[in-house]
Amino acid sequence: MRIVAKGLTYTYNPKSPFASQALKGVDIVIEEGEFFGIIGHTGSGKSTFVQHLNALIRLTGGSLTVGDYDLADKKCKFLELRSKVGMVFQYPEYQLFAETVEKDVMFGLKNFHKEMKEEEMRTAVREALERVDLNYEEVKDKSPFELSGGQRRRVAIAGVIVTRPEILILDEPAAGLDPLGKKEIMQLLHAIHGSWCKTVIIVSHDMDEISENCTRAAVFSEGKVVMEDTPAAIFCRSDELVSLGLDIPVTAKCARLLKERGIEVQTDFTCDDFIGRVLALWKERGKADAQ
Amino acid sequence: MLNDVTFGQYYPTRSFVHNMDPRAKIVFMIAYIVAIFVADNFLALAAVTLFLIVAVLFSRVPFGRVLRSVKMILFLILFTAVLNLFFYSSGGEEHMIWQWKFLSLSWESVVNMIFLALRLFLLVMGTSVLTLTTTPVALTDGIESLLTPLKWIRVPVHELALIMSIALRFIPTLMDETNRIVAAQKARGADFESGGLIKRAKAVVPILIPLLVSAFRRAEDLGDAMDARCYSGAKGRTKYKKLVFTWRDLLGLLLLGALIAGVVLFNIYFGGKFGIIDYFMQ
Amino acid sequence: MEAVRFENVKFLYREDGDYAVNGVTLTVGEGEFVAVLGRNGSCKSTLAKLINALLVPSEGKVTVFGMDTSDEKKTFEIRKNAGMVFQNPDNQTVASIVEDDIAFGPENIGVPREEIGRRIDFALDAVGMQAFRHMTPSRLSGGQKQRIAIAGVLAVLPKIMILDESTAMLDPKGRREVMDVIKKLNKERGMTVILITHFMEEALEADRAVVMHRGEVVMDASPEEIFSRAEELEAYNLTLPRAAYISKKLAEGGMPVKGAFNAEALAEEICASLQKA
Repeated sequence: MRIVAKGLTYTYNPKSPFASQALKGVDIVIEEGEFFGIIGHTGSGKSTFVQHLNALIRLTGGSLTVGDYDLADKKCKFLELRSKVGMVFQYPEYQLFAETVEKDVMFGLKNFHKEMKEEEMRTAVREALERVDLNYEEVKDKSPFELSGGQRRRVAIAGVIVTRPEILILDEPAAGLDPLGKKEIMQLLHAIHGSWCKTVIIVSHDMDEISENCTRAAVFSEGKVVMEDTPAAIFCRSDELVSLGLDIPVTAKCARLLKERGIEVQTDFTCDDFIGRVLALWKERGKADAQ
Repeated sequence: MLNDVTFGQYYPTRSFVHNMDPRAKIVFMIAYIVAIFVADNFLALAAVTLFLIVAVLFSRVPFGRVLRSVKMILFLILFTAVLNLFFYSSGGEEHMIWQWKFLSLSWESVVNMIFLALRLFLLVMGTSVLTLTTTPVALTDGIESLLTPLKWIRVPVHELALIMSIALRFIPTLMDETNRIVAAQKARGADFESGGLIKRAKAVVPILIPLLVSAFRRAEDLGDAMDARCYSGAKGRTKYKKLVFTWRDLLGLLLLGALIAGVVLFNIYFGGKFGIIDYFMQ
Repeated sequence: MEAVRFENVKFLYREDGDYAVNGVTLTVGEGEFVAVLGRNGSCKSTLAKLINALLVPSEGKVTVFGMDTSDEKKTFEIRKNAGMVFQNPDNQTVASIVEDDIAFGPENIGVPREEIGRRIDFALDAVGMQAFRHMTPSRLSGGQKQRIAIAGVLAVLPKIMILDESTAMLDPKGRREVMDVIKKLNKERGMTVILITHFMEEALEADRAVVMHRGEVVMDASPEEIFSRAEELEAYNLTLPRAAYISKKLAEGGMPVKGAFNAEALAEEICASLQKA
């Protein structure tokens, strides 16, 4: 499903002393099949934007379509939309509630597919738990509160992907995890991205994460999209990012410093590419010297 | 971010009333309520109304904002007033308008209804002025200070006040958390808007449990944080903030004295609700 | 002088459970900046809570400036000397106004009113939050909330500051703010800092890094040395800072780069070896 937003605006607490405009005209197109990154400060409007995509926040200004769903249309089937646009919030492990892992993961299925048979549901739960690298037999009857933090997060993700959403949105999926935990979560998302889930959208503060994983990204600032491009193109404009108070990946930082010394590294800023390009440069120079 | 509303209805601005000592404002409020109930005729109520108008003007809170707080309980006022209208039956025969079985309508009951509605209206407006101009924190401080004498009879005033202020401090945090959990469960297809009573009650479970778990987790963290910051009860503790009584408070109390005196005088000279009617009828 | 000393400390959460801390011996000198690294679940936080007597060892002994944490009479004095900032920025403030919250610590230890005012000034100044004195903590950003929490600890005038994963929940900007404040406290005021973290980059700011694995101290050296022992780190499920990873890969590719731990050093190394070539 293709996402098209035009002139999206949103104001919290309108007509009160606390009114604050979170979105000031957002234009964005996210194609089916992308692994899309959303970058921006806390309060840049990125969370408000993603919550529009599954109608958790109702459209009040501008237009938004997700596949064939027109969110401006009051007759739009919002429940159906939500089953197709899965959303994992920040620290999702804090939203678990059922007495067993199986029941918790099943929650979404029971809400969206009331007609489904218990057996089918179990199969779906098993598949979802296995997708997040958990052993179904081992964890299904455990209380979610018995599990470790990392396992709980996986259960929470399983609880969202159990309905096989075509679009999966995750707000800071790796927040609070250690480096290895982060890596595992990102690998998991790539595996999900290769299946029925066609589009993955991650909101992240971690620029290395964006440059390593995303096909395209958008930078939000003060309720607007200020850049929308491939990570390579975005991080080429590192000066602008820095002036917005945002981080840049280590590779981009290094490339910038090298450029100041007259060394151009043509890279897409992923770690491996950067290493390869620098090594190639070095070998080239070696050859030039030898001649 | 989801819910950026301060708790309560505090209206942030600077004004004479905002700057008053919360203790003075609380005493004020109590006296004001007493005045409303002591007043037994329209002139006395008019004096109270005048006083309220002065208070609102000095608070620099728009009248509309104060009136909005009445809107919420308008139904309650109307309901009591209407009940009162038909069931009040102490009136004499001469003012009777209409009667059917146990229902009766007399001039007295009409006047009585208006009087009651006015009282309730003034009551709500007055308390709103207090909560619109005083932060919950200041209110807690005021209450703690006023309750200090209770320490002598071993009421743990300090602990109660601390509990209250921590509760106030965590309300916005837990409100945010609730919003987040609601959104997350909605994203998983939860439906909180339709169905019968039982279905709706059941729908709350996926919100309530994570909320409770989180509240306990926060309480545990907070306990550790308080321990780490050397908290060990009220003993040997000092207090940074002292409430200061200023000329504003004195002026306010003088006005209050005038109000009570006015109400009492009106009561004496035009005693009884119908005093004013009788006065003009003569 | 020794600020903190662990002598063969063991700790159990439950009688029948495994040791969360299993025979740790460690000393931290006054004025030192020590980073404690380890995966989630390596019981780094347990170690932190053993310092200020929130937990008491099951076996062995922890002393803070010579005071034994298992001596209840000393608890108050220990906590005055060793302040602690926690992980969740929302769960450590007690008051709805910044200055009232910072006053909480000094009030608890019976500091006179006028002095509390001065300490609030000092603490807010140290974390660069003077402008927020009358604000509500719940309206601040994560980084700002943590700076307020640090100020709240500073107002008690401790000699040791323990940060128990205090940057884990912050965005990069907030993390930078907090790290800047801590570094300043250590450099300018000689504050002893014990920073518990799983961000490898943060350990680079410290004088010394300690790696915890399954309740034991497995590495204890300068951060530079620790990050030069990449294979060992991997065995404890830790990763290198990205810049260190890149420089290692470049060296493996035959380029004569020395280990670099941040972008600046990495650029320097690459530049130097390209010029040599």
